[in-house]
Amino acid sequence: MKKFLRHFRLAFLFAIAMFVICGFIYPMVLTGVSQVVFPSQSNGSLVEVDGKAVGSEIVGQDFTDERLFHCRPSAYNYNTYTQEQKDSGEYAGLSSGSNNYAPSNPALKERLDEDIEKFLEENPTVSKEDIPSDIITASGSGLDPHISVEAAKVQMDRVAKNTGLSQEQLEKMIEENTSGKFLGIFGEETVNVLKLNLMVAQEIDMI
Amino acid sequence: MLQIVCTLLVFMVIIFPIGKYVYHITTHKKTFADPLFDRIDNGIYKILKIDTSNMGWKKYALSLLLFNACLVFVGYLILRIQSIGIFNPNGIEGMEASLSYNTIISFMTNTNLQHYSGESGLSYLSQMFVIIMMMFTSAATGYAACVAMVRGILGKRMGNFYCDVTRITTRFLIPMAFIVGLFLVSQGVPQNLSPNITLTTIEGKLQDIASGPIAALESIKHLGTNGGGFLGANSSTPLENPTVLSNIAELYSMMFLPAACVFTFGHMVYDKYQERKAKKLDTTASKEFDKPSSKVWLGKEGRTIFAAMSILFVIGLALCFFSESQGNSAVASAGITQTIGNMEGKEVRFGVAQSSLFTTVTTSFTTGTVNNMHDTLTPLGGLVPLLHMMLNVVFGGVGVGLMNMLIYAIIGVFICGLMIGRTPEYLGKKIEGKEMKLAALCIIIHPLLILGFSALAVSVQAGLDGITNPGFHGLTQVLYEFTSSAANNGSGFEGLADNTVFWNVTCGLVMFLGRYLSIIIQLAIAGSLFNKIDVNESIGTLKTNTWTFAIILVFVVYIFAALTFLPALALGPISEGLTLGL
Repeated sequence: MKKFLRHFRLAFLFAIAMFVICGFIYPMVLTGVSQVVFPSQSNGSLVEVDGKAVGSEIVGQDFTDERLFHCRPSAYNYNTYTQEQKDSGEYAGLSSGSNNYAPSNPALKERLDEDIEKFLEENPTVSKEDIPSDIITASGSGLDPHISVEAAKVQMDRVAKNTGLSQEQLEKMIEENTSGKFLGIFGEETVNVLKLNLMVAQEIDMI
Repeated sequence: MLQIVCTLLVFMVIIFPIGKYVYHITTHKKTFADPLFDRIDNGIYKILKIDTSNMGWKKYALSLLLFNACLVFVGYLILRIQSIGIFNPNGIEGMEASLSYNTIISFMTNTNLQHYSGESGLSYLSQMFVIIMMMFTSAATGYAACVAMVRGILGKRMGNFYCDVTRITTRFLIPMAFIVGLFLVSQGVPQNLSPNITLTTIEGKLQDIASGPIAALESIKHLGTNGGGFLGANSSTPLENPTVLSNIAELYSMMFLPAACVFTFGHMVYDKYQERKAKKLDTTASKEFDKPSSKVWLGKEGRTIFAAMSILFVIGLALCFFSESQGNSAVASAGITQTIGNMEGKEVRFGVAQSSLFTTVTTSFTTGTVNNMHDTLTPLGGLVPLLHMMLNVVFGGVGVGLMNMLIYAIIGVFICGLMIGRTPEYLGKKIEGKEMKLAALCIIIHPLLILGFSALAVSVQAGLDGITNPGFHGLTQVLYEFTSSAANNGSGFEGLADNTVFWNVTCGLVMFLGRYLSIIIQLAIAGSLFNKIDVNESIGTLKTNTWTFAIILVFVVYIFAALTFLPALALGPISEGLTLGL
């Protein structure tokens, strides 16, 4: 019994040491170093306009304005909400994720049909066959900041009509906000919607 | 396709120095970093008065259990009282009892199944002191059990549990976690202690953005094959995994230690054969000493295991990638042309290639982190992660994957031995009745837990209530949850409404039994083999260092899986696939 207690004491002390080293010292040192070396990234990569944060470079937004490019459907509306939605409890607080609908789930078909209909209404010049699949499917995180190049181009007609900008101007803006594959091999071509919209908004004096 | 091949090729190059480094840590050989770490480790031993002498397998197992028990106890307390004002800028409440129990078991067993959502469920205090700390210690525990087993099988002394845990933590896990963490921050992963950000968008709406020590958790989450995310949607969120580079860094991180364990094993076996050869030469006074080849890559026994694991991995990856590339049947039937595969539940920056690679790696190396939602995978795409967790030997979690594979190797030589009428031997040790009984027990526990509890869940209302997808997929959700628990993986078909007393308690039990029963039995096998005298290799010995044996191993694994899991798989993903026309 005495021997067992000795074992137990050692195990307990070792556990406490691990709490201190791994649970406290390690994250604190990493926080300190990151804050000094990468101050912007370590605080959420915020994008500022006139000194005020309007979004994070790495988080998408629930854009609905007809003059702007829209993101993919999100189960959590990108944690974007209005004060009324918060007060009424419709916005339940910070979240992330997707609807988790299996391909065989009829609810997925329903949601897709709704989103396709909405998209065609907003973009009357587009025919159903030309809708890229990423713009009507929900991302895994519900926070995807990107859309594919095709998904940006397919919205150009609408944005051009509502902003008065020319197709060429928009095409150039999309190109400027497209990041290619890393080394031409890894990843996919993506368009950052927030950055693209900021450029559009600046052009039409929205901000 | 090209990027998958390139990602894996680069990994094959960088794993060699890392595997060697871990081998040196394990066997107390010299490394470049010794002057610094010797001082730190000796300091820890001295302050805690740790006796660093060798332990027998029973004492080793006891220390492991006691250490884990203490962590569970203190961690549980912290979860319950996390609402106190320290490191809690977002005002998170204390955690409910059955959820705390589930969470603490989940993280201690290296499972990281999460029935809570990080954003609303945990304060920064819990994230750091409980989650991050346990990610280190559960990985170190798995590693320690594994190297002890390997030592035992090879007839070496088992070593000291505290030494093994300290060495892998200070010499590998913490420095690597720091480097990877800093790299992730450079890619955009937040690392701060500030409250969540609320900002006004250019459309005049409000948006909340999560903050916290995310990078510190992210790096060890993958290095220790843990997998529990800081945020609900895990590594699919851009805050945890913002770029394709961060994605590859996370992929590599989770592959390092399990692969390095195989390297360590290979080198240790090689060392043993060299020692034996040298001894023999001494006694027979042979004239020429045949030189050990100048460079040992993996050792032949290690190569067999590595090859078998790789074959299983590549088959799974190919099936998953192919199936996801075919697209989502619901999207197709809605009249949309899919040129980029099934994008439901996936991120644009990863696409189908990086997503299916991540899915296969996370379930093969039993990490359980996800960069896309597994519930939304195509039926056969979802079959692969499920199957790899059922096998639980395709590299596997830190340490335990290798331990399971060694059990299959023992069973493999036993089956072959029966076929050719020889006494089975593995690594120079006779495999006899006692070891076979233990190995069989070890193999049986896993399917028993998965299938037994799945049957329970679908036969009581409390279990059925959790299912959110109708039809065959509903059964797959249940099966996936328990497979993930038993394999200590932790990924989920996240649609399952699992934060109820029934799911919290049953999953907690499965994780606990799946982890500790296996480890204890495996250590017992090692302890039993340790006491045996080495048999000399004869003409009748079945060689286990050949490609033939690697193929045999693959078949043994598949046959066992098919015998136990095929009926369940047929009712779940295969039926779903058939109804959707595959």
